Amino acid sequence: MRVSLFITCYNDALFPQTGKAVVNVLERLGHEIEFRPEQTCCGQMHWNTGYLREAVPIIRHFVKVYQDAETVVIPSSSCVSMMRDHYVKAAEMDGDAKLVADVEALLPRVYEFSEFLVRKLGVEDVGATYPHKVTYHASCHSMRSLHLGDIPIRLLKQVRGLDLQPVQNAQECCGFGGTFSIKNADVSSAMLADKVRMVLNTGAEVCTAVDNSCLMHLYGSLHRQRTFVRTAHIAEILAATAEGAEA
Amino acid sequence: MPEISDHRARILASIRVSLNKGMSPAQAEANIAAECANLDRKYVRTGTRATAGHDGLLELLTDRLLEYDAGVYRAAPEGIAAAVGEILAGRGKRGLAIPAGVPAEWLPQGYEFTLAEGFDAYQLDATEGVLTGCSVAIAETGSIVLQNAAAQGARILSLVPDYHLCVVFAGQIVEEVPEAFARLKATSTLPTTFISGPSATADIEMTRIKGVHGPRFLDVLLVV
Amino acid sequence: MTATETHASQWHTRDFPEAARDLLQDSQTRKNVQHATNVIQGKRNKVVAELPDWEELRESGAQVKAHVLRHLDHYLTQFEENCTRAGGHVHWAADAAEANRIILGLVQQHEAKEVIKIKTMTSEEIGLNRELEAHGIRPIETDLAELIIQMGKDRPSHFVAPALHVNRAQVRAMFQREMHLPELGEEPEDLATAARIYLREKYLRIKVAISGGNFLIADTGGLCIVESEGNGRMCLTLPDVLISLVGIEKVIPSFEDLEIFLQTLPRSATGERMNPYNSTWCGVHPGDGPKEFHVVLLDNGRSPILADREARQTLQCIRCAACLNACPVYHQTGGHAYESVYAGPIGAILTPQLHSMEEGRSLPYASSLCGACYQVCPVKINIPEVLIHLRGKVVQEDQATLMGKFSLWNIGMQAAAFLFKDASRLAMAERIGRVGQKALVSKNGFIEWMPLMLSGWTQTRDLKAMPEQSFRDWWAKEKAPGAKPADRSDHA
Repeated sequence: MRVSLFITCYNDALFPQTGKAVVNVLERLGHEIEFRPEQTCCGQMHWNTGYLREAVPIIRHFVKVYQDAETVVIPSSSCVSMMRDHYVKAAEMDGDAKLVADVEALLPRVYEFSEFLVRKLGVEDVGATYPHKVTYHASCHSMRSLHLGDIPIRLLKQVRGLDLQPVQNAQECCGFGGTFSIKNADVSSAMLADKVRMVLNTGAEVCTAVDNSCLMHLYGSLHRQRTFVRTAHIAEILAATAEGAEA
Repeated sequence: MPEISDHRARILASIRVSLNKGMSPAQAEANIAAECANLDRKYVRTGTRATAGHDGLLELLTDRLLEYDAGVYRAAPEGIAAAVGEILAGRGKRGLAIPAGVPAEWLPQGYEFTLAEGFDAYQLDATEGVLTGCSVAIAETGSIVLQNAAAQGARILSLVPDYHLCVVFAGQIVEEVPEAFARLKATSTLPTTFISGPSATADIEMTRIKGVHGPRFLDVLLVV
Repeated sequence: MTATETHASQWHTRDFPEAARDLLQDSQTRKNVQHATNVIQGKRNKVVAELPDWEELRESGAQVKAHVLRHLDHYLTQFEENCTRAGGHVHWAADAAEANRIILGLVQQHEAKEVIKIKTMTSEEIGLNRELEAHGIRPIETDLAELIIQMGKDRPSHFVAPALHVNRAQVRAMFQREMHLPELGEEPEDLATAARIYLREKYLRIKVAISGGNFLIADTGGLCIVESEGNGRMCLTLPDVLISLVGIEKVIPSFEDLEIFLQTLPRSATGERMNPYNSTWCGVHPGDGPKEFHVVLLDNGRSPILADREARQTLQCIRCAACLNACPVYHQTGGHAYESVYAGPIGAILTPQLHSMEEGRSLPYASSLCGACYQVCPVKINIPEVLIHLRGKVVQEDQATLMGKFSLWNIGMQAAAFLFKDASRLAMAERIGRVGQKALVSKNGFIEWMPLMLSGWTQTRDLKAMPEQSFRDWWAKEKAPGAKPADRSDHA
């Protein structure tokens, strides 16, 4: 299958290793990856902060870039939820019937990375080896918007050597919420402190998720507290093999 | 004297402006009724336990009532008075208040039953408790439903006394909440009280405490 | 109507972030709130899981409520007609001042010096107690939690359990003082018994009661009130006069619709299959209950909300407070941070709308948009969607002012939007960022301090510096057609 990778704006600048891992896993499974350099952002930051009009050109740009793609894979559940939950509404708000139609035509071909592996490709074992104690943070958008359920867990359970530790209060938000973490920094920090305590309680060396946004937030505190717990996007774990160095 | 103030007109006008409706309420009522009738109602309307015999229903109701710390007893139709007598003896009561319409065959000898029609709160407060029937009981939620009807009486009766003994016939038990409403529909304008266990609060540290203002003790006699 | 006279009792003095900052320092309150919400959430999840048709009940509840809102004028007049026929008096109050005037008038007409009250958020909304007290009438709250709030001169922080931020020791101290019971024990049973004795005499004596209402039933003209303690039944049954103050959005088409809400409301609100008491009645019933019954239908900012098709669903709310119990923000701050009668996620969308977006403007931002509120809502109010919609209104209104237009937020967002329209601009910005960040990056490769509005991030968190090479640069160098991969080792 020819897979078009939408890396997302923050992964592009801050987490290039996640993109490389996605390429690695999908190539290993025999798929052809393309990267359209015209891509920018899904528009979520603007939309969720209330800059609704400003989000529309960003959305239009995304649709234009990927209109003819066979399949789009995105290593971020929150960007995919932005598309599924809000793109049609944004296009309608703009009164652009063609954009509404284009969005509706494109979205069924857009997948979050772990969802793509399990729901579209039917793969759970991607041949990874990762001999570490890991805990999985279920991001809000992956649970409540994409309804990924246990998909990421199923993928992790197939990884050789991986010791998966459940985290308490898995349903509760880490407190990131995009600009919420800045506009309501105190509350966000308090939520983060609770979540970090739960993560530390697992005794895991690595905390993973399908969203680098939550992981960036969690790692911000894990690092500040000088813990030795690392974070890694699920793609990086799935890319790790016995031969190769891990991401 | 319903007060037809200009506030009435203001509110209705504001609603109609917001809904982009004409200012006249001549909106075809039939359309509204049709729309209402077409709303999704795919929830469970009838339970499945009754078809498997009445035992399942009785057990469910019993379990739920016991969870509320209500006392649950059983009697055959001809043994109601005897059972009432035993329950009262066990509770150390000498008699109870009753609403009009309680059949004589519910009442055991040797106890005093006072017809409490027209009793005020002070009079009821002085009683040892009250004996009533009910309109319907809901097994799923452990609820008994009382209306202002024969053998059930005014709402105050099952409220002020500290003890309530309720007689429930097997045929009055339904499994699901919607089944209860189907039965209550014909008398929907009567004062109606759903009672699910003794009065309770969890306002202090979410600790459930029984008996705040309503009766602290509830016994249910199931007549099978 | 002006904001000041209409909403005289509202609390808003501080923005959410500022009010939250103080509450976050109050570790006792936070502990009380977290304990209480965890307990209710746990019970709620258990009894909801028991129902195989929970989703169907939610859907039906949402559809019935949405239908009513589309025809609110029809159902209100139908209710009025049937309630009047049953012997009730229906009053209409467009705003808080009118509602207070009507209720005060009725109480004075009966020469009552005291009234007993069932917990009602609408009364809190219009500041009724203060109005009564100003006219020499003593309102006595009979719900245990409301009594605690009233005695402590406190504010409710949750609309099902208004005193959940207070613990038993705090209640005991208050009751010892106010009820003159120096020997009072600390067990919840002792405290409830004290309240029972304190209030019982009042139920028997006081002749006027004031309530809210959970549902107005259009086809019978009846009301439904859902409660636990029996204080509600006392107030609804014993006095000669009953006055119920109910928001206009509380109407439902028929008695039988209760079969939906009496399943979803108790399970959502207190985690019970059914709460101990539900009462329904129509008007006046000879020989049973009050001799005089009044309903005050309160608009107070509700009807204009109907005009906003996106946000109208806010009025579907049945005040179960499940969204408060599920909300990770509420868990941290409790209800007082919202500075509003209506706290939590539903308060964050309802409060600003009730005030035509003139107050509570920070509330739509008091959410991480985690979606837990929508997931538990028994009438399927998509709270995150409405929050974003209201943020959109706040932004648009701000942009219309000079200060808003030149705010750092607006400038930053406009700049970002400009970059995101074109990949070459974005790539350039990334390169500039990599150079620009050098002033902030510590020796360990992390950013530990950021200026201005970004400082909130670094108060508790580090930020990893941007790596030297973005993904798009890597791809161009290594993978793109015509690229000359120099070194495969960085391929994860």
